[in-house]
Amino acid sequence: MSTVLVFLEAKSGEPTRISLEALAAGAQIAAATGAALAAAMVGAATGAGFGMLGAAEQVFAIEDPLLAAYTADGFTASYAQLIAQVKPEFVVLPHTYQVRDFAPRLATRLGRVLISDVTGIAMDAGKVTLTRQLFQGKLNGQYHAVVGSPTLLSVQAGAFRAEAAAATQASVTTFTPNLDAASIRTKPGEPFRAAAQTVDLASAPLLVSVGRGIKDEANLPLVKELAEALGAELAASRPICDAGWLPMERQVGSSGQTVAPKLYLAVGISGAIQHLVGMKGSQCVVAINKDENAPIFEIADYGIVGDLFEVVPALTAAVRKAKG
Amino acid sequence: MKIIVAIKQVPERDARIRIDSAGKWIALDEIEFRMNESDAYALEEALLLKEAQGGEVVVLSAGPERVGQTIREALAKGADRGIHIASDRLGEYDALGVARLMAAAIADEQADLILTGLQSDDLGLGQTGVILAELLGIPHSSLILKIEKTEVGIRVLRELEDGWFQHIEMTTPALLTIQSGNTRLRYATLMGIKKARSKDLRVIEADALGVDAARCVSLDSVMLPSRQKTTQMLTGTPAEAAAALVEKLQQEVRVL
Repeated sequence: MSTVLVFLEAKSGEPTRISLEALAAGAQIAAATGAALAAAMVGAATGAGFGMLGAAEQVFAIEDPLLAAYTADGFTASYAQLIAQVKPEFVVLPHTYQVRDFAPRLATRLGRVLISDVTGIAMDAGKVTLTRQLFQGKLNGQYHAVVGSPTLLSVQAGAFRAEAAAATQASVTTFTPNLDAASIRTKPGEPFRAAAQTVDLASAPLLVSVGRGIKDEANLPLVKELAEALGAELAASRPICDAGWLPMERQVGSSGQTVAPKLYLAVGISGAIQHLVGMKGSQCVVAINKDENAPIFEIADYGIVGDLFEVVPALTAAVRKAKG
Repeated sequence: MKIIVAIKQVPERDARIRIDSAGKWIALDEIEFRMNESDAYALEEALLLKEAQGGEVVVLSAGPERVGQTIREALAKGADRGIHIASDRLGEYDALGVARLMAAAIADEQADLILTGLQSDDLGLGQTGVILAELLGIPHSSLILKIEKTEVGIRVLRELEDGWFQHIEMTTPALLTIQSGNTRLRYATLMGIKKARSKDLRVIEADALGVDAARCVSLDSVMLPSRQKTTQMLTGTPAEAAAALVEKLQQEVRVL
């Protein structure tokens, strides 16, 4: 019987949310192909988090002191060894910064190519087809793996619904990889956070967020005036902070803050996935963009297609008038 | 220090995306191309390292003839020479195939450092650099913001999720994928553009590299995404659309 093997990530011993979403994606493929579902996570088999993997018929605890801190070399070697033992048809991973770091190396070692950041799984004429985004979300592409195995895929955060933990306790097998300290060529330091934030975007009820469409630092007063008129905090997408036009602490997205305000007004933001993951929980999203096909409109409640240099001043005036 | 920077030429960000008649890729006529953004940051880091430490910066790119313009742009910004893997059929290779072409093209270079952007603006796979490191048998780190030279190798600053960072020490040769935003990108000067014309740009035909183009994964079709929400589009003149939005914000969203 063929197997779908899902690798999960743990935080404080518990599988992360996106890891459980990857498990759900794995379960979907297993059901569609009649395969068994297996899960693996780094940690001691006695850890409580393994009990949450009840959906899997087989669970592996990958245990080795050399895996205490993440390294691409350590994870690649261990995962490759478990894959050699289990011989799965599909390997599913959560698309995290860590997986992005080592999974292409893992696939290469197996002579395969990872299909990264998958948002959808479907069966087409007996074969599994996978959807992922292209051009920062402006297009979807449909992929399939060509002859050979395993097919490796990583799944995008939020694309699959994490199933509630099954009541049954899966039996956990310890897998001890054969690792050699000398084969780990990087020395990772302790993770740290940048200087304390002085702006808490997460608690602001109204946000006006500005993106690349503003074109020049000199045009920022335009959106600042709109934010002031609305009584909103000013936020931005990554390119604006990269350019130094606004401080990094005003950045919304996967590398910045995650926000869920009552109103998120996106000005000149196309809506790349890295930005969307930071704001898609907003209660109301308004998008102003000149490109009617910008991905931001896919999640917007209200949209205005137009030149922000005309629309924003008009909106500022209309808000001022409404507020008297 | 000898640094190779792998750069990709991609459609410019504002390009109007239309699907081609076969439904397999976008229509490329009327599209303008430019250097992939995070690759431009990789080039900038390489040039800064060269200015501080001395050495050589070699740019590497693959694709049809038009890719030569992007390589010249890198040379104009200060890279010393270029390698162009020429192919009109690069789309037939998957990420592993492209990385194999690159590995073959730079096999004799003995670089200390290979830099590239963390992902391309078109395919967005975020894999080619890491695959190249595995093919070359060298360590890598991804999402790197800063590079410092140490006595035994390098110390890099890696970006993690949600505003967390980490330093990593590693030996060289090594491959790093660069995150955008650590530095300001330089512009090519007139002098630089003039100098670039006489810099060495070696063109290697992809077919001459002896790489098997057989794919592991195949992109079957592309399509426009469907909307997840019903978006109410507010139309009219800017003033009309603004007035309509204010009304929604007052009566439906109730934030005004």
